[in-house]
Amino acid sequence: MPNNISTELQKRILVLDGAMGTMLQAYNFTEADFRGERFKDYPTPLKGNNDLLSITQPQAIAEVHAKYFEAGADIVETNTFSGTTIAMADYNMEDLVYELNFESAKIARQVADEFTAKNPEKPRFVAGSIGPTNRTASLSPDVNRPEYRAITFNELRIAYKQQVEALIDGGADVLLVETVFDTLNAKAALFAIEEVKEERQIDIPIMVSGTITDASGRTLSGQTVEAFLTSISHIPLMSVGFNCALGAKQLKPYLQRLSNETEFYTSAHPNAGLPNAFGEYDESPEEMQAHIEGYLKDGLVNIIGGCCGTTPDHIKAIADAAQKYQPRLIQEIA
Amino acid sequence: MPEVDCKKYLTLSGLEPLVVTPESNFINVGERTNVTGSRKFLRLIKEEKFNEALDVARDQVEGGAQILDVNMDEGMLDGVEAMTTFLNLIASEPDIARIPIMIDSSKWEIIEAGLQVVQGKCVVNSISLKEGEEEFKRQAKLIKRYGAAVIVMAFDEKGQADNYERRIEICERSYNILVNEVKFAPQDIIFDPNIFPVATGMDEHRRNALDFFEATKWIRENLPYANVSGGVSNVSFSFRGNNVVREAMHSSFLFHAIKNGMNLGIVNPTMLEVYDEIDKELLEHVEDVLFDRRDDATERLLDFAESVKGQKKTQETATLEWRNQPLQDRITHALVKGIDAFINEDVEEARLQATKPIEVIEGPLMIGMNVVGDLFGSGKMFLPQVVKSARVMKKAVAYLQPFIEAEKDGKQAFAGKILMATVKGDVHDIGKNIVSVVLGCNNYEIVDLGVMVPPEKIIETAKAENVDIIGLSGLITPSLDEMVYVSKAMEKENLNIPLIIGGATTSRAHSAVKIAPHYSNTVVHINDASRAVTVVGNLLQKDNQVYKDQIRDEYDQFREQFLKRGKKKEYLPLAEARKNKFKIDWETTEIIAPEQLGIHVLEDFDITKLEAYIDWSPFFRSWDLHGRYPNILKDEIVGEQATELFDDAQEMLKRIFDDRLLKAKAIFGLFPANTIDDDDIEIELNGTTKKFLTLRQQSKKAQGKPNIALADFVAPKSTGKQDYLGCFCVTTGFGTQEIAAQYEKDNDDYNAIMIKALADRLAEAFAEYLHKEVRTNYWNYAKNEELSNEELIKEAYKGIRPAPGYPACPDHLEKETIWDVLKVEQTIGVKLTDNLAMWPSASVSGYYFANAEARYFGLGKITDDQVKDYSERREITLEEAQKWLNPNIVNEA
Repeated sequence: MPNNISTELQKRILVLDGAMGTMLQAYNFTEADFRGERFKDYPTPLKGNNDLLSITQPQAIAEVHAKYFEAGADIVETNTFSGTTIAMADYNMEDLVYELNFESAKIARQVADEFTAKNPEKPRFVAGSIGPTNRTASLSPDVNRPEYRAITFNELRIAYKQQVEALIDGGADVLLVETVFDTLNAKAALFAIEEVKEERQIDIPIMVSGTITDASGRTLSGQTVEAFLTSISHIPLMSVGFNCALGAKQLKPYLQRLSNETEFYTSAHPNAGLPNAFGEYDESPEEMQAHIEGYLKDGLVNIIGGCCGTTPDHIKAIADAAQKYQPRLIQEIA
Repeated sequence: MPEVDCKKYLTLSGLEPLVVTPESNFINVGERTNVTGSRKFLRLIKEEKFNEALDVARDQVEGGAQILDVNMDEGMLDGVEAMTTFLNLIASEPDIARIPIMIDSSKWEIIEAGLQVVQGKCVVNSISLKEGEEEFKRQAKLIKRYGAAVIVMAFDEKGQADNYERRIEICERSYNILVNEVKFAPQDIIFDPNIFPVATGMDEHRRNALDFFEATKWIRENLPYANVSGGVSNVSFSFRGNNVVREAMHSSFLFHAIKNGMNLGIVNPTMLEVYDEIDKELLEHVEDVLFDRRDDATERLLDFAESVKGQKKTQETATLEWRNQPLQDRITHALVKGIDAFINEDVEEARLQATKPIEVIEGPLMIGMNVVGDLFGSGKMFLPQVVKSARVMKKAVAYLQPFIEAEKDGKQAFAGKILMATVKGDVHDIGKNIVSVVLGCNNYEIVDLGVMVPPEKIIETAKAENVDIIGLSGLITPSLDEMVYVSKAMEKENLNIPLIIGGATTSRAHSAVKIAPHYSNTVVHINDASRAVTVVGNLLQKDNQVYKDQIRDEYDQFREQFLKRGKKKEYLPLAEARKNKFKIDWETTEIIAPEQLGIHVLEDFDITKLEAYIDWSPFFRSWDLHGRYPNILKDEIVGEQATELFDDAQEMLKRIFDDRLLKAKAIFGLFPANTIDDDDIEIELNGTTKKFLTLRQQSKKAQGKPNIALADFVAPKSTGKQDYLGCFCVTTGFGTQEIAAQYEKDNDDYNAIMIKALADRLAEAFAEYLHKEVRTNYWNYAKNEELSNEELIKEAYKGIRPAPGYPACPDHLEKETIWDVLKVEQTIGVKLTDNLAMWPSASVSGYYFANAEARYFGLGKITDDQVKDYSERREITLEEAQKWLNPNIVNEA
């Protein structure tokens, strides 16, 4: 399968999938389901380790991917948001990281290829999801020791490198460094990707997606939209964008600023609105579609999808809207 | 330059972006955070005075620096560690981290360490061809991968460029390698073509400035998008000690360098004269030198320099006036104002003057603290200030401690030794800590045993440490009995030590009636930290018998009166009280079924939402400042202090929010429920039933007034109406202990108390918030409720949320039922102690009653028949029931 995501991007707006976690909740997997036969005697509780389901419940993961493709997604994200030794340490599963990423990418690859075979006019792609880990390289978790860091750049770099290699081996078309709340973490991921590219003498498109945490308009680590963009633009990216934390409506002004400033393609996969008082996302597909249509009218995005709380219904609504519009034009800078 | 290229500007970032455009004229790099350039900064880093070092950085930013140069190249420093630590510290100061960082070192490993800790796009200062092309390319490639811009020195294998030709030769070669081989973005290249001193007296230095100007111009015209930078102060090196000349020279050099295309550089703004204001004659001499216009330019400037050397510019001295006062005044000032910045040096000065280090405590420090004490006693200082004073005092004592230890002359350093403890089963220690601090700063040695201290440990420690006074504290009602128990145990062990009782639920009545009779030595109740000093002082004076007798008499009299008064009250037998219950017409009253029955959990709740729900008045009360918020801020007497305290609280609150210091979690359930057997409420949970027990008022009421129990607010099963009940537990306490402990370790009790007091307020706010959500959402029996925060505080809403342990339901055992029903500990981690206090203590639990007629009330006293009835319903022994209900039982004195 030739990697032609860049040519597709010139033609149309590509649709990214929606939330994996929200979909998996519907399966109501028990501790035993998470463990499967293979980990039935594992000493650590495993319920909640969604990435592990790629090994213990691969059929469910494949089903979710298929549902999103059916809904009209062009790209699905691998089930690897927490697939680093750093995040897996919570479950004492550091040693499984390669396998988790490899298998996750493989599942997504298979489903994508099936859909592409059915309709070669609409090739489907796999984005290797690279999450932020659960540690921050530029913030101290200990208020009394502001100079302290729970993780270093090098630790992140090594962990990310392992994830990146497995995702590529498993068949990812593009790498998606996402939910970036600390730019230094993202820089370590980009550093690792560059190392892998150099060592293997390959090129693979990179997407970076930051997270504006709240109405302050900044990342968790305190950067403005423009500072964030400046800090990651040293690497030739396929796209840069935002996801999570905000709903489509709240994200728009930041996306607008990003779109004005960058010569990369842009992406957005916002949440289904803001969480209500009980942490649930309740924006309907129709409401979300209306907000997204605002992006499309203004020509702000090249890649559009959903994050927390979004479902195949949301993605279908988004895909229906995206079909009607032209992709954002890349500015000619330089 | 082609038109389309106009956007290729050097762009950097801290928390905010910095774009270097032609319009930005000149980007000023702050240079004081450089150990090679600032002796003060070097000293601060060596002594690990990072806060002051950060102040240096902050001054630079506030003074207009647009990039911050950080340099740790000093033989005695571990450069990698110093760079990492300082840049990490800067990252936590948003007002500094706002601007981009320039990582300045001649050692690659220090540069790389810096690159690994900065999230923004920084500038590396610097690399060069000095070590050859390979190393140059290797470093450039890594810098690119880390995402930084770079300063390239005009330096190669042969040495530093010292004339025009060498400058452009090296810069061009560097540029070509970077752009063509490494693929470095040309706008990310900044050349430093070397600013060298002029007027050195050596002929080969005559063109130093001129060559720099010309090389700069060449670079900007021939190397597309590249920038030029330089360290300006070098140029005037020959005139060290003559600031008038130096400032003029910097200004003129900069003026011309910018004209030639230098677009960023290191300039000390305080060493810069305004170009137009330079004395015309001086300017002419300076520019003769810079442009090498005359053979005798240097001599003429040197001569002229001599004549202006003495002129000292009137500079605003930022000297703190009080620092010029005599030593004692300085120490007193520091203690009264709570300023700890200079206390160590002042104490050291005092120590050198004293014959023995202990005299510093007994003399200057105590004199200062006495002033604090007098001001406090006369109401001119307030508790938060005193706690800050104590922080200074503690720091001073900590400084002296090693010297005192070294002396070891066995002399008693303190006025007395006081054991402080929150009793077993109780975890509340804010009040205890305040009293400890206040006593501590009055030179009493405090042995603080912390919270949940069993009686054996109190007695054992009192003996081992030979303490002079024991102070017991507690907040929840079972602690009252625990204190009785401790006093009995002390008597049994023949302890002859005065006992002080304090804490929110304690009272003079309780101490006089329930504790004093059991203990032969003095028992005193204190509920106000400012009184603690006087009481302890009186108890520990040599001739204290009179005082002790006085207290004893006072308490005896009080007790007699109290008991007499108590006997006048009349009580109804339980059966009659039940007949006189609070009656709701269950045929007509509205019962609304909850929209979402069952148990709900809020994990990782966004704590910032609680700010609007905070009731601030109790917060001020916990600091002994009395009045209602917000009026208290403008109060004639305590207003200023309240405002300062409030500001500090806001700051801490911001940190709690920004740094997510505390975790907010909640669990609650809404269940079908009916009252059974008069006083019990039966709920239905997953097909089984659970029972909440309520207690009924028994004091004889005026005609027409009911004897209420909470059960009266829920429809009895016999009515056939399905009614409902909720229960909940919220906490904002996780994290508090660790943070407070850290502050305590740093002798900062003020903030340790602050974090706990705020956690308590947040927990109450959370309870308020959740109640509202239940009323208007989950249960939704008050759909159209619109209440302001003030109305919430006044409890103007429909329905109530009484908490076990509080007046309507003083029975703490009910918490166990709530824990059992909701699986509180398993789900959100809040635990119950032996005496049923909640841990973490910033937690609130209770019930939800929705009926419009439900209201808060106080149970008051109950009689033996209800205790017996209750023990049967609870299925516990009568003794156990008595133990738990003791504070509410009528006749046991």
